Amino acid sequence: MSGSWTGKVRRATLEKYQPEDLLPEEQPAYVASWIYIFGVATIAALVMLIASGLVLTLQGPSWWHTSSVGHYVNSVHLWSVELFFIFMVVHLWGKFWMAAWRGRRLATWITGVIAFMASIITAFTGYLIQTNFDSQWIASEAKDGFNSIGVGAFFNALNTGQAILLHVSLLPLALGIIVVWHIILVRKKGVVPPIDNDATIEGGS
Amino acid sequence: MSQVLKVDPSKKWTGPTRPYDLVKEIVIAVVVIGLLAMGLAGLFSSPDEKALTLKSWVAAAPADFAQVATGELAGTTGSAGYGAPYNSAAKGQHFGIIQLQDWAGVRIPINPANSFVVEPLLISNDPSAIAAVQTWQAASADQQSKWAKSYEDALTKAGDKSSLADPADAFGPVPAMIDGLSTMAASGALDGALLTSDTNLPTNFTKPMLFLADSDGYFGELATKQHLGGDQWGVMNETGSWPGQSWLWLFSFWYQIDPFKSSENADTIIMLMMGVLTLGLMFVPLLPVIRRIPYKIPVHRLIWRSWYRSQ
Amino acid sequence: MQLAIINLNHPAHYISFGPFAISVGNLVVILAMTVLFLLALFIPFPHSHSGKQAKK
Repeated sequence: MSGSWTGKVRRATLEKYQPEDLLPEEQPAYVASWIYIFGVATIAALVMLIASGLVLTLQGPSWWHTSSVGHYVNSVHLWSVELFFIFMVVHLWGKFWMAAWRGRRLATWITGVIAFMASIITAFTGYLIQTNFDSQWIASEAKDGFNSIGVGAFFNALNTGQAILLHVSLLPLALGIIVVWHIILVRKKGVVPPIDNDATIEGGS
Repeated sequence: MSQVLKVDPSKKWTGPTRPYDLVKEIVIAVVVIGLLAMGLAGLFSSPDEKALTLKSWVAAAPADFAQVATGELAGTTGSAGYGAPYNSAAKGQHFGIIQLQDWAGVRIPINPANSFVVEPLLISNDPSAIAAVQTWQAASADQQSKWAKSYEDALTKAGDKSSLADPADAFGPVPAMIDGLSTMAASGALDGALLTSDTNLPTNFTKPMLFLADSDGYFGELATKQHLGGDQWGVMNETGSWPGQSWLWLFSFWYQIDPFKSSENADTIIMLMMGVLTLGLMFVPLLPVIRRIPYKIPVHRLIWRSWYRSQ
Repeated sequence: MQLAIINLNHPAHYISFGPFAISVGNLVVILAMTVLFLLALFIPFPHSHSGKQAKK
């Protein structure tokens, strides 16, 4: 039994996590600061992005130019982007000043930065598929940036069809996987203890 | 201070805890932020400047259209002299021996003179334009270049004219070709022709967009008016007064200062730099001085002050 | 098509200093982030005494 692929996958995943750690009902007493809400706020903004994005997919990329309902949904999507990045950056600032990578939490930090970059790339493809003047200008400028590093030969900013497919499938999927991984790491390692309680800081804090 | 609990942060916390409702927290967050996003959307809406077409271009700026179209024939436009991935007309951007643009190769082959001018005219229903194209095609490359460059110079000198007479026969078939192309653009037929040149049901706007992007006088002008130009922090900006992409501030910053501002290789250099800086951010926990900043400047004393006080 | 209560469909105002030029919209976003961060640092967090003590 121990040699089976299924057994190996189960031991590498499910058996590594206690349910109480994934969905706890208590947390360390030091998790008592408003700075802690910005991670979940970022996720909530991402939920709004996905929800408004799914509504936009129902009627296609040009819907919002001719429908006031469509325009409103587009506005929700755009303001969710602004909120998403606002909360993400405040979350990043908080995590830096907490030195939240301590105690073998380097992977949590790294997946966070990757999520940041993946978000920027996903947002960029979103701006490309507005099918208006702004998207035309962004495409014509971005092509120069991508071409200059050889990426433009494979990702063509002027190919709206490619951008649409990337924005609604591959990139949200990749971003979703990174975000889930990041959250699982937070749950697995627990919230980092305060700096003044850290016995391992060399040279004192 | 001797009372302060000292733990190994990599080990599970066994100190005091407080109740935590994770699911309630996320539900509250989604409701609050959902209402906030929907409220902002209702309050401010979102920008939607109408897309440009080759038809709108020739209607708004016929002289600019004629000049750019002639430039495509003359090989003097941005696309004509771009290099990879469209053609081999120029060496790509590089940083020392790093020549990523050229290494990627010509994978989206476009010959602007043929793609934007010659081929569309051949499928137009315009006998005089088609005859002009046939004269063009029969001429040598040198002759074509002479005609196109002369007409381009004359149009540039004339400024606001979209068509010029040719008493000295210096321009060959070029004026008739450009006139034909302008007529085709005005009807919308050129947009259709460029879009469907490779496929009948297109979603790839490369050809009409590359052509349009060669226009500083129309396309570039409209962008500058909206503060979208590279040297206007345009990468960060949105049309109208809406907030844009403030998270691109650092990427946008380099384009405002020398040596990048005036460098031919600005894009490569800045992209590579941002790649290095991103790696830097990713590995902050390993960077010698930076990783200790949270210890030296104790913002954490504000974050955890109620916890520290309770100890 | 825009049914906005506050109309932002006009050229933006820019604030320039040296090589920097920022739109009012972007400045508001950056200020909002800064204010949120400072508020999170300074607003007291409700202190609950109902937590369990150390487990061991």
